[in-house]
Amino acid sequence: MSEGKATKTKRLQYITRTGVIQLLLRGRVFLALIIVITVFTLLSPGFLNIANIIIMSKHVAIFGILGIGMTFVILSAGIDLSVGSIVGLSAMIAGGLINEGIQLPQFGVIIYPNTWMVIIITLLVGIVMGAINGLVITRFKVAPFIATLGMLYIARGFAGLRNNGYTFSNLIGKPEFGNTGFERLGASSFLGVNYSIWIMAVFALVAYLVSTRLPFGRHVYALGGNRRAAALSGVRTHRTETIVYMISGFCSAMVGLIIASQLVAAHPATGTAFELTAIAAVVLGGTSLMGGRGSIGGTIIGAFVIGVLSDGLVILGFSTFLQNIIKGIVIVGAVVIDQIQIKMQERIALQRQESK
Amino acid sequence: MSKAAIVSNSSGSNTGVILRTENITKVFPGTVALDQVNYNIYQGKINVLVGENGAGKSTLMKILVGNEQCTKGRVILEGEEIHVRSPEDAMRHGIGIIYQELDLCPNMSISENIFLAREVVHRGIIDKRTQQQRTRELIQRLERKIDPNTLVSELRIGAQQIVTIAKALAQDTRILVMDEPTSALSTTEVEVLFRVIYELKSHGITIVYISHKLDEVLQIGDCITVLRDGRLVAEEVVKNVDLHWVIEKMIGRKLETLFTRKRHKIGKVLLRVEDITLPRVGGGYEVNHASFELHKGEILGIYGMKGAGRSEMLECLVGANPRATGKIWLGGQDIGGNTTLKRIQAGLVLVPEDRQRDGLVLTLSVTHNMILASLEKYLNRFRLFLVKKKEEKAVNTLIKELSIRVADPRNLVVSLSGGNQQKVVVAKGLLTSPKVLMLDEPTRGIDVGAKHEVFEIMENLAAQGYGILFVSSELKEILAMSDRIMVMSKGTITGEFTKEEATESKLINASVVGNGLANEGKQ
Repeated sequence: MSEGKATKTKRLQYITRTGVIQLLLRGRVFLALIIVITVFTLLSPGFLNIANIIIMSKHVAIFGILGIGMTFVILSAGIDLSVGSIVGLSAMIAGGLINEGIQLPQFGVIIYPNTWMVIIITLLVGIVMGAINGLVITRFKVAPFIATLGMLYIARGFAGLRNNGYTFSNLIGKPEFGNTGFERLGASSFLGVNYSIWIMAVFALVAYLVSTRLPFGRHVYALGGNRRAAALSGVRTHRTETIVYMISGFCSAMVGLIIASQLVAAHPATGTAFELTAIAAVVLGGTSLMGGRGSIGGTIIGAFVIGVLSDGLVILGFSTFLQNIIKGIVIVGAVVIDQIQIKMQERIALQRQESK
Repeated sequence: MSKAAIVSNSSGSNTGVILRTENITKVFPGTVALDQVNYNIYQGKINVLVGENGAGKSTLMKILVGNEQCTKGRVILEGEEIHVRSPEDAMRHGIGIIYQELDLCPNMSISENIFLAREVVHRGIIDKRTQQQRTRELIQRLERKIDPNTLVSELRIGAQQIVTIAKALAQDTRILVMDEPTSALSTTEVEVLFRVIYELKSHGITIVYISHKLDEVLQIGDCITVLRDGRLVAEEVVKNVDLHWVIEKMIGRKLETLFTRKRHKIGKVLLRVEDITLPRVGGGYEVNHASFELHKGEILGIYGMKGAGRSEMLECLVGANPRATGKIWLGGQDIGGNTTLKRIQAGLVLVPEDRQRDGLVLTLSVTHNMILASLEKYLNRFRLFLVKKKEEKAVNTLIKELSIRVADPRNLVVSLSGGNQQKVVVAKGLLTSPKVLMLDEPTRGIDVGAKHEVFEIMENLAAQGYGILFVSSELKEILAMSDRIMVMSKGTITGEFTKEEATESKLINASVVGNGLANEGKQ
């Protein structure tokens, strides 16, 4: 009897005020998402109509996919600034392949790859760009910030060079070349949900499994948490780090394809400054820029917050300037709360120790 | 406080306590670093502070100079309580510190370093000439002739040490704390430093001198304070004590009660190392052509001073340093050309010295840390996904085997005490199913009980046929635990003793070969 009472009071101890605050802080991104949606719905009753949801979810998908790649990079204590440029380059590569094909003048032939081949080649280009990032960082010991900053310029430059700064328009292919149907990637839907959302969902699921259940995922966390300890434990740090940037490149190429398909056109400036939004989504999702701490789930919710916030502000008629200010406050605020939570956890751990 | 009275009486002068602490307690995640310490610093004296690694010396000093805040307790300077919240605060009270690792900016000149963050400014512009003039005066006071414009990176370590002292003096320091000032110095540089210290003392500056080198401490000190496991255990006038007294106070109990090995059979050669060499950047060797053998079931102790190249040698063995050369055979198999991963798979594993820097990923849980080096063991049938059940089974077995005290293995590894963190690193190594286990200072910074447990684990592993390389700076430990002892100095193996041959003095003598301390003529 008395024993039962003891355990009950013990359990009750956990539901203290600090306990509740801790819980709120941990679920803060989700909380933020709910608050944002609630506020927008109250301010504009038509906010959650089908058309808005479709537009928003398409934006969320783009930042979600970029954020997934970026999460791996940031978990490994790196940064990838070349994301937006690789998006642009991939769009141009895909557009060029559909409209112009692969021209081999020495043989006098033009090969038009079919749509699937276009997608695969484009994704490969993204992976290669990421691999170059990774190799420069690991082999030549260039700081990730610098290496990917260089790639930001280089990839954007190639994107412009591909068609001398012009847009590849009307990317619908020709039936006689067997390369039609590219526009379906952006426009079609399955079970009433746009393909891009499905792609994000699949990517998120795979990334979740990779980060939590595969040795590779553990290696990424260890790399970001303590590089020396990881190396001494037998983690192949160079290889792991390079793959991380390849994943980011792959995700960027996927986004390039989706955008080119949605617009049925490829413009060389596609994806400008997307890297910053992707980083914002990752950070909002609770991933530490120091590396080693964070999750894919958080990033997806972070992408939702960013997507809903930016579209919601547009729908409510806020000016671009005001939108920027609000977004900036939200991002910095998220990190401030993050720091508060870490401090609190430390304090609680200390208190427990002293009471022992 | 009768002890304080003894000191001031027997020192035969009327100098009193300039600074004392009252019941200083410091709790870190995992350990109580200081436990109600009442420490006295005597005015105008050279106060030496000794204790084993992790006894709390550095923590105590960090509190005095404002780098750490104490959990409980008071600091009293000349009868008044002070609150030292930052190094600047300490400076204002005249307390300065010289750290073990020199805190200078190598890319800047001597005078720029000395006046860093306290630049002499004239109408908003740095007054270079005055700074240089004052620097020159300071350096002259320390019997040196160095151009104030010399870059710090161009100075030898000894000269850099002088610069840090000059830096402290430039701020009207009354109490100067020196944390292991001689650890990187040559004999002649040590002599110069000692002269400087006496000179400072004659100017009325109070010195707090922390060192591992007990002979040095007894040579230079006026009064001595001994810390052990976060507690102050003794305070005496140096001329009343000898080396034995100091060691006894530091260790706190007799060697026999520390640990007694059971003897067991030693098998055939397990690990053979030939000509391991690691060149030092800027000439010389970190590890100088080291060769040795390790047998099955043997504990081979490696003794030496800090910086003797012991940790570096272990890192070469595990393949963490690409500049290292040499040959390694493990159980007859040549693993010299392998990567760290391959060597771990072959059965060689390192438990590094600094567990927080090299051993643990502090952002991960106990479980994830423990299995980090052996992930391929917990994969499912398709060798793709990690299986949680397999992970948990392995982790729980090790937790039981090494009796790691952890509420829930899913907790972050930082939530454990130092000793338990160390066991997690050992467990991580064991989960790779090694043949040879290399333990680098495995008892550093953990309490006595945990030390005993770590020794027990080592003993059991050796009995099971593991080969164990055991690096320690603590003589008692190494004498108690090893079947055979190798001594290193300046990167070279300078002595090898069986358990029967080894004595403290033999080990110490071998450990200073080439340092010039004992055998000046040899180099």
